[in-house]
Amino acid sequence: MSSWLSISITFAYAGLLLSFIMAFLRLILGPTLADRVVALDLISFITIGFITVYTLDSGEEALLDIAITLGLVAFLGTIAFARLIVKRMEKS
Amino acid sequence: MDILIGLLLCLGTLLILSASLGVLRMPDLYTRMHAATKAGTVGLSGLLLAVAISIPEISVVSRVVGTMVFILLTAPVASHLLGKAMRQVGYRIWRND
Repeated sequence: MSSWLSISITFAYAGLLLSFIMAFLRLILGPTLADRVVALDLISFITIGFITVYTLDSGEEALLDIAITLGLVAFLGTIAFARLIVKRMEKS
Repeated sequence: MDILIGLLLCLGTLLILSASLGVLRMPDLYTRMHAATKAGTVGLSGLLLAVAISIPEISVVSRVVGTMVFILLTAPVASHLLGKAMRQVGYRIWRND
């Protein structure tokens, strides 16, 4: 029974790593700034997922505080980029 | 209980995987945003629920619920603002032609 849990934890690590790679490719390729912002938002979600799975793996509860803070920073960053896109259009 | 935790982990991982596959493969900003926001929030909620079931203490469960509510509230708002800004700039919706 505990081998099923360890297999699923390993699957979660591998899947999150693969999705990190795909989101990072979009961050490099993205034609416009907004594509890169969407990819960056997804990368911060994936990092929160990594922290969550590591909390489950090691039993270290204090790491969940970092997950909350990372979500807050990602939200503020996305909103700042949206304002930047609108302001840059108004200026030109 | 271990079966439920493992199932939630696998479900969340598959949803996040489909979200990033959509972000990589979709043709347009709006469809990319649709893939990233929906599948990302639900997949992350699955992973967080697995932790809350695995460690049923009040400090962990309250943090998990706080993170989940925060993400479910803020991710659609941020995505909507970004889409609105790009629409004001004049980004065209993708047509299959």
